[in-house]
Amino acid sequence: MQLEERYTLKKSNPAVKVLVYILLVIWAFINIFPIYFMFTFSLKSNEEIFGENVVGLPREWLFSNYVSAMNTGNMGLYFVNSVLVTTVSIFISLAAAMMATYAITRIKWKGANFTNSFFMLGLTIPLQASIVPVYVILSKLHWLNHYSTLIIPYSAFTLSMSILICTGFMVDIPYDLDEAARIDGCGLWGTFGRIIVPLLKPAYATIGIYAFLQCWNEFMFANVFISDSAHRTLPVGIKALSGAYTTDWGPIGAALVIATFPTLIVYIFLCRKIQDSFIAGAVKG
Amino acid sequence: MWKVFDMADKKTIKRKTDFKKGLDIFLFLLPAILLFVGILIAPIAVSLYRSLQKWNGFSPGTFIGFKNYKDLFTSGSINWMTSLKNALIIAFFSVFVQLPFSLLLALLLGRKYKGERFFLTVYFMPVLISTVVIGQLWLKIYNPDYGILNRALAALGLADWQHVWVGDPKTALGSVVVPTIWQYVGYHMLLMYAGVKGVSPDLREAAMLDGATNWQVDRYVVIPVIKPIIRTSVIFAVTGSLKTYDLVRIITNAGPTHKTEVPSTLLEDMLFLRNRYGMGSTISVMLIILCFAFALAITAAFKEKEY
Repeated sequence: MQLEERYTLKKSNPAVKVLVYILLVIWAFINIFPIYFMFTFSLKSNEEIFGENVVGLPREWLFSNYVSAMNTGNMGLYFVNSVLVTTVSIFISLAAAMMATYAITRIKWKGANFTNSFFMLGLTIPLQASIVPVYVILSKLHWLNHYSTLIIPYSAFTLSMSILICTGFMVDIPYDLDEAARIDGCGLWGTFGRIIVPLLKPAYATIGIYAFLQCWNEFMFANVFISDSAHRTLPVGIKALSGAYTTDWGPIGAALVIATFPTLIVYIFLCRKIQDSFIAGAVKG
Repeated sequence: MWKVFDMADKKTIKRKTDFKKGLDIFLFLLPAILLFVGILIAPIAVSLYRSLQKWNGFSPGTFIGFKNYKDLFTSGSINWMTSLKNALIIAFFSVFVQLPFSLLLALLLGRKYKGERFFLTVYFMPVLISTVVIGQLWLKIYNPDYGILNRALAALGLADWQHVWVGDPKTALGSVVVPTIWQYVGYHMLLMYAGVKGVSPDLREAAMLDGATNWQVDRYVVIPVIKPIIRTSVIFAVTGSLKTYDLVRIITNAGPTHKTEVPSTLLEDMLFLRNRYGMGSTISVMLIILCFAFALAITAAFKEKEY
């Protein structure tokens, strides 16, 4: 993704410039404020939140809210569940996408184009389309409330985008490499495993980031398919916790911070890479 | 990319047998096909079939033709028209408020102001946050007694404007629309910003030599060039609005009295509250049809406008 600044602009009117800055700063404030608000109220007591100190820094830093969120709210367990479900889904989606993309873009056969279009249908189909039959089948098989109940649908829903991104990266790999590998006696699988998979490393990050956000934040399937607390992911856990603590805001704030800040901290360090993943996902489509 | 493919064809090395190659292709595709067909395509086929039945999910269903579709549009107790109207209102605000604002931000950030990267990074942050978290956060902002919104109004001397935002039928839908728009401005802005930065410098140069101002360059050079990205954004905004679920479930829970029902919450109710799995399937099918119809219509609309 090329975002370098190579063009020139005319000098603009200083008054316009000031107005633009005011707009940019106000919008930045509107974006940062909720995050700041969440962080500060996660450390406050109800007296502070409901009293005079609504938006200031906490006078007394109440880390006990985090203890409540972890113990009573089970946020630790939900965090681990989310990590597990997300990681395995990304891995399956990535592996399936790399194999499929290899077959579609680097092996010559008649149906390649059609197969690609078929997978691209998934970009428009809403998740909701499959929820009724999948729910009925899973409940008949007594397969609700497992990690795999979420992992398999999540892998399927991120598959189309993974294939799209993979295709973008795979066509950039020179075909001479395949040829050289074949001459050296590699079959299709050998070429795939030894040449393509290692050279696709940059795609892992892009797909991983995209799939991570899809799975980490997914709420509808998690809410419908998981009813026992042992397998809840963070979004469902937060919903349950907020039902339990309707009047005590601190622990809810702590849960929101636990679910959000790890992502935001990673984003601060990798913002360019993460932004590029989103651009790659949307613009190449 | 297919050009490269053709070149590779010519160089393709002979393989042992066609059968072996076919088997390999099949095996390479197998995991993806199993996932895709098993979780997406087959369930849609089942939904299509079940949408023509009266079915409670457990006993065998009875075939009733298109009665579910007819009831969906004619029976008021199903609330489908309300849910569709709400989804379209959200889509309207997304396309006509959120996207123009995103475009404005993208164009402004393309002006190389100081702090461009900082603003870009900050504006994109809400996209990364789970909608459930966003919903909880806004619930706290809307809280009638302790929420910042009502307190801010009181502090500004506008106590008359205070509302039970989420519980009042007049403001309930608005209280869902605002966070939805707020959250994804950064997403659309990022896509458009990438487009703005990708506009060929020669084109800009040529326009400026002709005496165009920065605004005219944006209007007559940049916007036409990034049209495909705007089209993608419009499609995402509309299909995304049709699929809205998380924020409605968290903020208003489709209330008060079904005023903020959207198709996805309705779908969930059919399964868990009303045991009408046939009707649930019908709603699923309608959602697919709507998403594809809008995607095609938007693509067609953008084609006509090209010159």
